[in-house]
Amino acid sequence: MRRFTKLFALVSVLALVAAACGGGGGGETTTTAGEAPAPETTAAAPETTTTTAAPETAPPEEAVKVGMVFDIGGRGDQSFNDAAAAGLDRAVADFGVEPIELEPSAGGENREELLRLLSEQGVPLIFAVGFLFTDSVAAAAADFPDTKYGLIDSVVDSPNVASLVFAEEQGSFLVGAAAALKSQTGKVGFIGGVEIDLIKKFQAGFEAGVKAVNPDAEIIVQYVSQPPDFSGFNDPARGREIGTAMYEQGADVVYHAAGGTGGGLFEAAKEYSEANNTKVWAIGVDSDQYNQVDDALKPYILTSMLKRVDVAVYNTIEAFVNGEFSGGVVVFDLSVDGVGFSTSGGFVDDIADQLNDFKAKIISGEIVVPTAPEA
Amino acid sequence: MRWRTAALRALAPITAVVFALLVASVALVLVDRSPITAFVEMAKFAATLKSFISIMNRAYPLYISAIAVAIGFKMGLFNIGVEGQYLFASLLAAWVAASIALPAPLHVLVVLLVAVVVGSAWSGIAGVLKVTRGVHEVISTIMLNFIAFGLVSWLLANFLRQENEPGDLIIKTAEIPASGRFPSLNPLLAAIGLEPPRGSVWQGFLVVAILLGIGYYFLVWRTRFGYELRASGINPGAARAAGVDPDAMVIKTMLLSGAFAGLVAIGPLLGFFNRYTLDFPRQLGFIGIGIALLGRNHPLGMFLGAVLWGFMDRSAQILDLNDIPREIVQIMQGVIVLAVVIAYEVVTRFVEREQVKAAAAATATEATEAEVGEVSA
Repeated sequence: MRRFTKLFALVSVLALVAAACGGGGGGETTTTAGEAPAPETTAAAPETTTTTAAPETAPPEEAVKVGMVFDIGGRGDQSFNDAAAAGLDRAVADFGVEPIELEPSAGGENREELLRLLSEQGVPLIFAVGFLFTDSVAAAAADFPDTKYGLIDSVVDSPNVASLVFAEEQGSFLVGAAAALKSQTGKVGFIGGVEIDLIKKFQAGFEAGVKAVNPDAEIIVQYVSQPPDFSGFNDPARGREIGTAMYEQGADVVYHAAGGTGGGLFEAAKEYSEANNTKVWAIGVDSDQYNQVDDALKPYILTSMLKRVDVAVYNTIEAFVNGEFSGGVVVFDLSVDGVGFSTSGGFVDDIADQLNDFKAKIISGEIVVPTAPEA
Repeated sequence: MRWRTAALRALAPITAVVFALLVASVALVLVDRSPITAFVEMAKFAATLKSFISIMNRAYPLYISAIAVAIGFKMGLFNIGVEGQYLFASLLAAWVAASIALPAPLHVLVVLLVAVVVGSAWSGIAGVLKVTRGVHEVISTIMLNFIAFGLVSWLLANFLRQENEPGDLIIKTAEIPASGRFPSLNPLLAAIGLEPPRGSVWQGFLVVAILLGIGYYFLVWRTRFGYELRASGINPGAARAAGVDPDAMVIKTMLLSGAFAGLVAIGPLLGFFNRYTLDFPRQLGFIGIGIALLGRNHPLGMFLGAVLWGFMDRSAQILDLNDIPREIVQIMQGVIVLAVVIAYEVVTRFVEREQVKAAAAATATEATEAEVGEVSA
C-alpha cells in the first residue's frame, strides 16, 4: 500500500511538471507563431541612401527564402526584434518571400552556427538582428561569398554584407527637445538598457536635444546593466524601479532606450501620476510604443523615438528581390526618415513645429548631434 | 544483487529520458505538430559530421562543469558557484593569454594555470566562509556568483577590454595570439580521410576534458583523499571519528571543485573565440548541475549526459527550419532533470529497503548460528 501511495505521488508530481512545462511551451509557441504587431502602414517606406530607379522586375516564380536570426528575446519582445520582424512580415506580404526565423541560445554563443546553418541550407538572403552579430556575420560572409547578409546596427566591410545602421542620436535629439519643451520641473531622465556605445548614442542625442531647448535643464541618467550582462534590455521590474525613482527625484519626462525594460517605465509613469495626482511622461523607443501598450498606459507616452528597423529590413528585401542588392553601409537618418519621432496620441502636436524646425536644422547640417555623451 | 542494483540505477536516467520524450510528444501534439517528424528530423540532422563536431564542442565544457559540481556533491557540498567561477576564470585567463608572449605549449599552460588558480580561489572563498563562519556554501556560492558577474562586467568594460576601432561596438579583450591557442582536432578528421566541414572547428580541448574525467575517477575512487572525500559525504560523523578533519576537507573540496570549474570554458576560449567577448558562453555552470544529477556524479554517466545535452542543443536548431517550436527541446531538458531526480530517489529508496531486508536476514542467520554454536559448546 505504501509503495502504491508513493507511486501515485510520483505520477502526480510528474503530471504536474508535465502540465506546467506543456503549458509554458504551448504559450511560448503561440507567441512565436503569433503575428507581430501590425507594421505602421501609414508611414510611407522612406527611400534609403542607396536609392535606385531601376525598373520593376516581375516577381520570381519560386518563393525566395529570407532568413532572419533574431537577437536574444526573439520575436515578441515588443521592441527591437519585433521591429525587424515587422519589416520581414511586410516583405512576406508584398513580395511573397518565404521567411525562416531562428534565435540564438540564451548565451548567444551559437550565433555564427545559426548563420552558417542558414547559409548551408541555401538561403540567399540572411538578416542578423543586432550588433552582437558583427563578428559572426564577418566570419560567415567570408565563407559564403554568394550568400547576402543584412546586418542591423553594425558594420562589416564585405561586398555581400549590407550594414544597416541608424542615426539614433538624431531621433533622440528630437525626443530630447520634446522632453525639455514639455517638462515643468526642468528635470528629465534617461534610462539606458545596457551601458554600451550604441545606447550611449541615444543618451548623447537626448542630452543634446534637451540642452538645445533648455541649457539649464538637469538630466538624470541611469543604465540598467553593464555588459556583458544584457539583462538590462529585458527587465521591466528594474525599469519600473528606476522610473519611479527618477519621477520621485523630480524628473517629469523620462526617455528609455532599454527595449523590454521600458514596459516597467510606462507602468511607473502611470502609478506615479495617479498616486501624486500629477502628470509625468514617458518616452518610448524603436517602435511607436503608444500602439503597443495597454490603453491604460497610452496617456503617459508622450512620443517615441522611431528607429525604423522594419524599413531597413523591408527595403533590403525589396532591393534583393529586384536583383539590386548591394553591400556596403546604408545609413538610416532623419533625412530618409530612418529615425524620427511618433505623434500618436497627439501629445506633441502643440510643439510639432519646433520639433520639425530642429529636424530641418539637423538635416541641413546646421545642428550636428554628438554620438557620444559629454564626459 | 549488485548487478540488479546497478541495472536499476541505470534504468532511472533511461526512464527519465523516455518520460521527457513522452512529455515533449504531448506538447507537440497540443500545438499540432507531429512528434515523429520532430524526432526524426532531429536525429537526421544530428547524424552529420558537422553536427557531431558541434555536439562534441558543446558537450565537453558541460562535462567539465558537471565534474566540478560532482566533486562537491561527493562530499555533500553543493557548489552552485561554478557559473561565477568559470566566467571569472575565463575572463582573467583571456586577458593573461592576450597579454603575454611565450612559446606555444608554455603559453597555453600558463593560461590553464591562471584559470585553475582563479576558479579555485573564487570557490575557496566559499570554503573558508563555511569553515570559519559557518556560512552555508549554497548561500555563499550563489552570492559569489552575483559578485563574479558584476566583477566580470566591471573589469571587462573598464580595464581588460581592448581599444576598439571606431564603429566596433563589441566589448572584448584583445585577441589571443596563435601561440596561446589550443590546437583543434580537425587534422585528425583529415587523417582518417574525412573532409572537415567548412567553418567547423573540432575543439581539441575535448581531449583535456576526457583526461579530467579520468583524473576525477582516480582521484575520487582510487586515492586516500578520494576515500576521505566520499566518507565525509556519506557519513561526516563517522569520517570525523576515523580521523578525517572535516574543515580541511571542506576547504580542499571547494578548492578542487573550483579548479575544475576554472577550466570549464577554456576550450572554447582558446579554441574558438580566442578572446573574452560579449558572446562568451554562459549558463554552463548551471547546466553542469543538471548533468551531474543526470550522470549520478559518475565520470561515464556525466559524459553521456553532457553528450545528450549537446545533441539536444544542436538538433534543436533544425526544428525552427521545419516550423517546429524549438522550445520543445527546453521542455525535454527540464523534464529530464526533474524526472531523473525523482527516478533516482525512487530507486535509492527501493535499494535501501532491499539492503535493510538483506541485512536483517543476514543478522538473523548469524544469530541463529551463534546460538547453535553456544549450544554445541
